[in-house]
Amino acid sequence: MPLLNVDELTVTFGGRGRKDVKAVNGVSFSVDEGQVVGLVGESGCGKSVTSLALMGLLPRKGVTLGGRADFDGSDLLSMSPRKMRDLRGSKLAMIFQDPLSSLNPVVPIGVQVTEILQRHRGMKGEAARKEAAHLLDRVGIPDPDRRLTEYPHQLSGGMRQRALIAMAVACAPRLLIADEPTTALDVTIQAQILELLKELVDQEGTALLMITHDLGVVAGLCDQVNVLYAGKVVESSGRRELFAHPTHPYTHGLLGSIPRLDAPRGEPLNPIRGSINDQIAWAEGCAFAPRCDRYEMGCLTGTPELTEPREAGHEARCVNPVLATTEVPA
Amino acid sequence: MSLLELDGVKVHFPVKKGILFDRTVGHVYAVDGISLSVEAGQTYGLVGESGCGKTTLGRAVLRLVDVTDGKVVLDGTDVAKLPEKEMRGFRRRLQMVFQDPLGSLNPRQNIESILSEGMAAHGIGANQKERREKIKEILAKVGLPGNSLSRYPHEFSGGQRQRIGIARALVLEPDVIICDEPVSALDVSIQAQVINLLEELQESMGLTYLVIAHDLAVVRHISDVIGVMYLGSLVEEAPSDALYEEPKHPYTKALMSAVPVPDPEVEDRRERILLLGDLPSPANPPAGCRFHTRCPWKQDTLCATERPELTDLGGGHKVACHFAAEIAAGEIARTSGEVVPAVREGVEDVDPEVVATSGSVAEAHDDAAEAADAAEAGEIAVPSPRGESTDAEAHDAADPEAPAGAADGDAAEASDGKLDKDEPVRLDKEDEASEGKASEAPAGK
Repeated sequence: MPLLNVDELTVTFGGRGRKDVKAVNGVSFSVDEGQVVGLVGESGCGKSVTSLALMGLLPRKGVTLGGRADFDGSDLLSMSPRKMRDLRGSKLAMIFQDPLSSLNPVVPIGVQVTEILQRHRGMKGEAARKEAAHLLDRVGIPDPDRRLTEYPHQLSGGMRQRALIAMAVACAPRLLIADEPTTALDVTIQAQILELLKELVDQEGTALLMITHDLGVVAGLCDQVNVLYAGKVVESSGRRELFAHPTHPYTHGLLGSIPRLDAPRGEPLNPIRGSINDQIAWAEGCAFAPRCDRYEMGCLTGTPELTEPREAGHEARCVNPVLATTEVPA
Repeated sequence: MSLLELDGVKVHFPVKKGILFDRTVGHVYAVDGISLSVEAGQTYGLVGESGCGKTTLGRAVLRLVDVTDGKVVLDGTDVAKLPEKEMRGFRRRLQMVFQDPLGSLNPRQNIESILSEGMAAHGIGANQKERREKIKEILAKVGLPGNSLSRYPHEFSGGQRQRIGIARALVLEPDVIICDEPVSALDVSIQAQVINLLEELQESMGLTYLVIAHDLAVVRHISDVIGVMYLGSLVEEAPSDALYEEPKHPYTKALMSAVPVPDPEVEDRRERILLLGDLPSPANPPAGCRFHTRCPWKQDTLCATERPELTDLGGGHKVACHFAAEIAAGEIARTSGEVVPAVREGVEDVDPEVVATSGSVAEAHDDAAEAADAAEAGEIAVPSPRGESTDAEAHDAADPEAPAGAADGDAAEASDGKLDKDEPVRLDKEDEASEGKASEAPAGK
């Protein structure tokens, strides 16, 4: 029984007179206890909306949720706001992309960290402050006692992200959702933060749902990878298998598009043509078909199913998958 | 003589305080003494993290900010000292492609108007009709449809907008194009399209680029020469391949080891140098070597007191470090900083084939035995709970042969079988490749 099991999640934004927008269109995946699962995709593929839906952070008005998300025996999508509030921050926690805008600018860091301890762990006064200092120390913030009294703008970007992580792990959550936690940071700081996340996951046994557009980050961190395109999972596999044998043409194209530090120079990249705007509705066929080099007539006969064209445990949503190893990008 | 030469360029911004008197209380040393040269027809890549002054340098070359000191020589003329009036005409020869494609295009101007404005200002084309022909030609070159002329920026996608930005630079036939983070606002698949476009245009039109970016992988891909900036100055400059093969400055080493590679095989086998702390403020840069506050190889002498010059160590590989030669020779040990070992965790979902091939090297017996042990210990099938992975076995896994923790029962069987045969079962092309990687990678580090 996985810790989190998302089944056919759909998120529809009401169009207010215009056509409704289906941001997430039947996404299914699961996260096991202590596992690191990646959701990868480009902007507009629905990865962030998925995370917000799981956390219950989407506005109630104008948003229609569908499907199920079973976390620890109960459905996150139909949970009452009161129960959700108890869960959020304690068993389920999230780290956001932009550390500056997710911290309150007019409240000292210390108050923001102890707030969680008071709400979920019933700690008060000096005990809460001590624990907060301990948490900041744990995530590698030097001189935690002084930092507790400072405001977010006094901290550097990497330090703010560490403070956010400290808040997220304050109650030893069972699942941590990280939505592009390093995108706003420099590479050397990114390396520090990723190392910290690995360490936390290793030591606490927390499961991590990593949402990112960076396949490099995924390669070093995730056990299981789900690739999203236009609101659907198009490929899902263990990370080694995925990177060694990308089977869906989109994943294949993504890997061919990335300039690699260790690749020999002078070889042109193999980009995917067109842009995310060139897509058709999943109901009519494969949304990726207009950009796909392996497009054939079969692509337009309804939504392709997730199959296992290569081997068990490696799913791809494609009628004409990339199978030969010779086509693997260098 | 290079096409564009920078000699000791400094850009300092005064920090002012007070209402009445506007006292200058200090300076932000955004760019502090940079010398470099860009050859015609080549690409010079400038990398560095945010706040290192790379964008300011690009703007200084165009005189969008004033140069405090130093020379910017384009084709024999010192741009930094040209009077404003002459500079205006000179800007045709230096064009820029900006980071944010939407923010750098006027939303109320259509494409024809955007592109012809500069041409009219510089007197290119006798009349609008001639200009339109030229614009159409350039639009075709950057891969935009011919009917774009009367459309507005918001009607285009991000990648197309960046193409418009490139076209705007190209219509003026500049000598040097400065690309400031040309792809960082774009999605991966679009990024690749724009990078390829820049390369194609360079080949067909003989363009010269100064590319400014924070992404080392992108810069390495398109540049002939790379300069690495840290806190307002260059710490290392070398031809692209030389820099990748042997980074000599500690900062470059750390930067390179921090760039994630989209390949688990590589990611698991390389070690990372984690720098301590953050970038110091350019308003109050550290004395001596700017990097010494974070340098893992910092020495007690020189580093904190004397600022190192950029010196050539041969082959155009220039480094600004007092101890570059000693570090390269391995004579100095790391004094601080954390090094993350190569392999993250012990038993994992390793490709069974890798196990099979690693079994075929000399130590076949040991490996197979190890694999069998691991299998018996029940550590297979599921990725093990992370808590257990830091023990001794996990460290064994750093050896090339140790992806022994097989993915499933089949793999364990395969290695069992080899206990007797001591022979490779099968070796197809791909296996060879992964074997090569497996045995070389850790030894090199």
